[in-house]
Amino acid sequence: MVNLTINKIPVSAPENMSILEAAEQAGISIPHLCYLKEINEIGACRLCSVEVKGEDALVPACITRVQEGMEVVTNSPRVRGACRTNLALIMSQHNGHCTSCVRSGTCQLQQLAEDFNLIENPFYEDLPAGKLNWWNQEFPLIRDAARCIKCMRCIQVCDKIQSMKVWDLMATGGRTRVDVAGSISIEESDCTLCGQCITHCPTGALRERSDIDAVQRAIDDPDVVTVVQIAPAVRTAWGEYLGLSPEKATVNLMAGALRELGFDYVFDTSFTADLTIMEEGYEFLHRFQWGDMEKYPMFTSCCPGWVRFLKAKFPELTDRLSTAKSPQQMFGAVIKNQFADRIGKPRTKICSVSIMPCTAKKAECALPTMRDEGGNPDVDYVLTTREVVRLMKRGGVNAERVAESDFDAVMGDYTGAGVIFGATGGVMEAALRTAAYVLTGENPAPDAFRAVRAEGPADMPWREDRPWREAVVEVGGVKVRAAVTSGLRNAEALCSAIVSGAVKYDFVEVMACPGGCSGGGGQPILGDDVERALPRGGVLYDIDRNMEVRYSHENKDVQKLYEESLGEPNSLLAEALLHTDHFGWDMPGR
Amino acid sequence: MNRLMIEAPQKGQKVLESLYADMQRRIGASPLGLCPVDMSLNFLRMCHAQTCGKCVPCRIGLQQLAKMLEGVLDGTQEEEVLDRIEVTARTIVDTADCAIGKEAAQLVLRGLQGFRDDYISHIRYGRCSYGLELSIPCTAVCPAHVDVPGYIALVKAGRNEDAVSLIRKDNPFVSVCGYVCEHPCESRCRRMIVDDAVNICGIKRYASDHAGETPAPVCEASTGKTVAVIGGGPGGLTAAYYLARMGHRVTVYDARRKLGGMLQYGIPPYRLPKDILQRDIEHILSAGIETRMKVEVGTDITLDEIKSKYDAVYVSIGAHDDRKLGIEGENGEGVVSAVEMLRDVGKGRNPDMKGKRVVIVGGGNVAMDAARTSLRLGASRVTLVYRRRVMDMTALEEEIMEAQAEGVEMRTLMAPDHVELDREGCVAAFWAQPQIISNVGSDGRASVRKADAEPVRIPCDEVIVAIGQSIRTKPFEEGGMRTVRGRISAEQSSFVPGSGNVFAGGDAVSGPATVILAVAAGKVAASNIDAFLGYSHVIRSDVQVPEPFLNYTPACGRVNPSGREIEHISGDFALVTKGMTREEAMQECSRCLRCDHFGYGMFRGGRCETW
Repeated sequence: MVNLTINKIPVSAPENMSILEAAEQAGISIPHLCYLKEINEIGACRLCSVEVKGEDALVPACITRVQEGMEVVTNSPRVRGACRTNLALIMSQHNGHCTSCVRSGTCQLQQLAEDFNLIENPFYEDLPAGKLNWWNQEFPLIRDAARCIKCMRCIQVCDKIQSMKVWDLMATGGRTRVDVAGSISIEESDCTLCGQCITHCPTGALRERSDIDAVQRAIDDPDVVTVVQIAPAVRTAWGEYLGLSPEKATVNLMAGALRELGFDYVFDTSFTADLTIMEEGYEFLHRFQWGDMEKYPMFTSCCPGWVRFLKAKFPELTDRLSTAKSPQQMFGAVIKNQFADRIGKPRTKICSVSIMPCTAKKAECALPTMRDEGGNPDVDYVLTTREVVRLMKRGGVNAERVAESDFDAVMGDYTGAGVIFGATGGVMEAALRTAAYVLTGENPAPDAFRAVRAEGPADMPWREDRPWREAVVEVGGVKVRAAVTSGLRNAEALCSAIVSGAVKYDFVEVMACPGGCSGGGGQPILGDDVERALPRGGVLYDIDRNMEVRYSHENKDVQKLYEESLGEPNSLLAEALLHTDHFGWDMPGR
Repeated sequence: MNRLMIEAPQKGQKVLESLYADMQRRIGASPLGLCPVDMSLNFLRMCHAQTCGKCVPCRIGLQQLAKMLEGVLDGTQEEEVLDRIEVTARTIVDTADCAIGKEAAQLVLRGLQGFRDDYISHIRYGRCSYGLELSIPCTAVCPAHVDVPGYIALVKAGRNEDAVSLIRKDNPFVSVCGYVCEHPCESRCRRMIVDDAVNICGIKRYASDHAGETPAPVCEASTGKTVAVIGGGPGGLTAAYYLARMGHRVTVYDARRKLGGMLQYGIPPYRLPKDILQRDIEHILSAGIETRMKVEVGTDITLDEIKSKYDAVYVSIGAHDDRKLGIEGENGEGVVSAVEMLRDVGKGRNPDMKGKRVVIVGGGNVAMDAARTSLRLGASRVTLVYRRRVMDMTALEEEIMEAQAEGVEMRTLMAPDHVELDREGCVAAFWAQPQIISNVGSDGRASVRKADAEPVRIPCDEVIVAIGQSIRTKPFEEGGMRTVRGRISAEQSSFVPGSGNVFAGGDAVSGPATVILAVAAGKVAASNIDAFLGYSHVIRSDVQVPEPFLNYTPACGRVNPSGREIEHISGDFALVTKGMTREEAMQECSRCLRCDHFGYGMFRGGRCETW
């Protein structure tokens, strides 16, 4: 520990701690914008400049380590003036039309401008125009160069967390800007659409394509039946924007709100999560018993960001993906087929919407393999958690007042196993529960496979050189070698180890976003740089723990679906409806 | 009533003059990878500010050019603008009244030709095709990419052994380079923006002089693969060192008795003492390298024999043969080549020059070495004859200054005409044809032409020719290797196409160059030979570089090397340049701006921790 003073207040802090962190610990906040702990410590915005006795110039608090006897001043006129000037300079290159920005209210720049009373900016406005501000507005990921403040966070997140390096700095000098790396457009890049750059952007420079208006039009169309499904991880976070606790903001409350908005049918994606487990679990057992895992494992396929990653970076592993569709797409297929028949509507008159914690889902539902022969998609629109809250607000739906509602019958049942899909390790755990049952005819203890969970910060990140969790689990007397990871940099390390033969597994779960869907790129952004994936995942494990039924194969409606139409898992009909061909589309440039 | 006044510059003008000087240094310190169109635009703007405003093309045309370039950069122009830029610039060149406008437009035209690809990239894609790849200027421009800020930080922390060990990750000739490196690293040092480049080379010498014993390198597990290195100079030994560290069995073949190549037989001991060279060679050999001395390829063994005996071969034979003047009398008694003379000195066979008048022909570093060595061999008068001016000499400025200080007479703008021989066929005089400096060529160097004057006679007893070296390629041509203009031709990876398993690099491929370029070539060869043998070994250093604390020091002069007093130069072969004192080294280290940490380095690193 070293002793220093900040604004004359004695502070002690561990060696190597930054002045910024030491000050925060002591309850003194220093304004900052580009800094993102361990990801973007580059001192670019200079808003955190402070006085250090003995130094001529101000020094950046985020990247300067504390030293014994240091005397730091964070509140002098010189410091405040410098911060304000730099803030005004940043604002001069930022489109400050906050009223038309999705991040109004959660924008870190907006907050700082307010804190510093930056009502008028003395600097000339200097915004990119023309080609430099062009973006394909149809792409699921939208970038607004005029709102980018060049903090470099997106570059660093995409590189250090996701290893994709989609973003880079372009040009030098005063024209330096962030753009897609290499001389290509975003459509031509390997972007997995994970959305982590969006959730780590301090401003509104990055966002998902908004599909709210299209969904609203479908709701408003009396000829169209609107069917909505809600993904497991959405329930952990949607209340964050409304100031509701997870206990209050239940999925049933959301179901009630969506009914009030005018959706005709409301379902829980956890239902098809259970269905996925049946299909993927049986597929795994088949392939496992064939000896198909000699060389490479079977990978989960429910995360579209991960599938895009795999097809871009390890195309040779494409056939190792489970052919089971993701729960979203299974639900879409069931809605546009069985359900359409049941309610006697042609599929073109059904608008199938899903609420997802995810941006990659917007691309998944548009894949050529996820539509019927006439081109009608199984899922028409995907709204992120952020968008659905916006839809509720504009519909005047007050979540405090709305009553909880059950899901619609027939596909309304779900189990704890389906719910934990939204947390890293959840798919694996749910699959193992059912696999054990299939092999032995008896349910294992529900928490028998908790070794693959990441429940606290201690479980994540994993070891530097082996960034994944592994467990050899006894499933009905057979040893299954399982591995679980999340975050694409970790996935890259795992895939490389698998390809090189350094490690061997039978079943591997990968989620593109750190912590799984609860930390998804479509989840709420509160602008406080707090990573919430793990606590949100904890909400899902709590739900699982309190569920009466915790095994996918015990889902009554899933059982009924097999009895009434599908027959058994991996039957011909199930294959046609619930499985997909991962070779049926290509990543760009391949 | 005063008719004339003493003119004194105004205060504003004085400040402006100092700003000019600052900007000159700043431009010199430009990092690699800046946007060339953006730089052109800003040069153009500065040029436009120099316009007096009288003539149309310069006053208005330069402004319009600037606006068009700005449009290119802002992405608001289409490709046709390039034609408009060209026509406008050409008109300004053709019609401007004076150099201010003509040269400014010329600058734009040259860029339009030189980096048209970048103009198009900006117009079509709104992007610059250039970019900062290595953000640390010194490391980027060092051919071997030595971690300069890293070792300076270590020297500052008193960790000289670690500094040496860190340098050896990229360059095993730490001591040699501390003494004789041409230090390209200093040419772009960011400290030039503040005051002057850090004396990087001097700090390296300090580290190596004060490091004491360092342990032998730890080598990877043996691969069982064998590599022959032909030529034990800096390039060959560098390749051998890294290949041995990678676990391969390396044998170095050398035609002479001692290792080191030009370091042993070319650079005189007053610049590079033999024990300093030996220090590096011993460390290199401690990696477990076999040597076969006094074996000449072509005479004692054929290339084919070596090729079949080893899994891979690296040819790094250097450039040890001399080039002839091609003038009358050149074969007379007393005409020798500089490489031959220096080689004799390197072997310890000092030729007797007592009381002789010596003429040196040439203006490169070898000419300076020959001239200064002649003085030490007792020559009574040493005259250096050079076709161009002192400023055109290719020798390092400090070498030229030291030669002059030691008493070498420089007769410039003198082209060799013939050597006058006496009746015994011995040198009697050197005749030179006076030249006049002439037009600047496309390489930016001023050329010379014959002056309207009679040849000059310089009476002398010895003529030493130092006009370049050539490569003895014959045995390798016989082995089936292709040569172009007297050089072995190899790919940029060092691989010799069609050879099967031969790589080549250094002076033998590039023509006579510097130690650090040979080292860099050896590194490239080692890496690619390793891959050729089917491995992907990684060279790294375990040394942890201290993190910088705030160290922006006020402007401070650079510590330059100082010379030892020489009382009687004849016979004095001892080292001339003094090393830095501890006080000087610490001050010099503290001038380093740590570009590996501050600025772009913090974002993108730039330090190559492994290769």
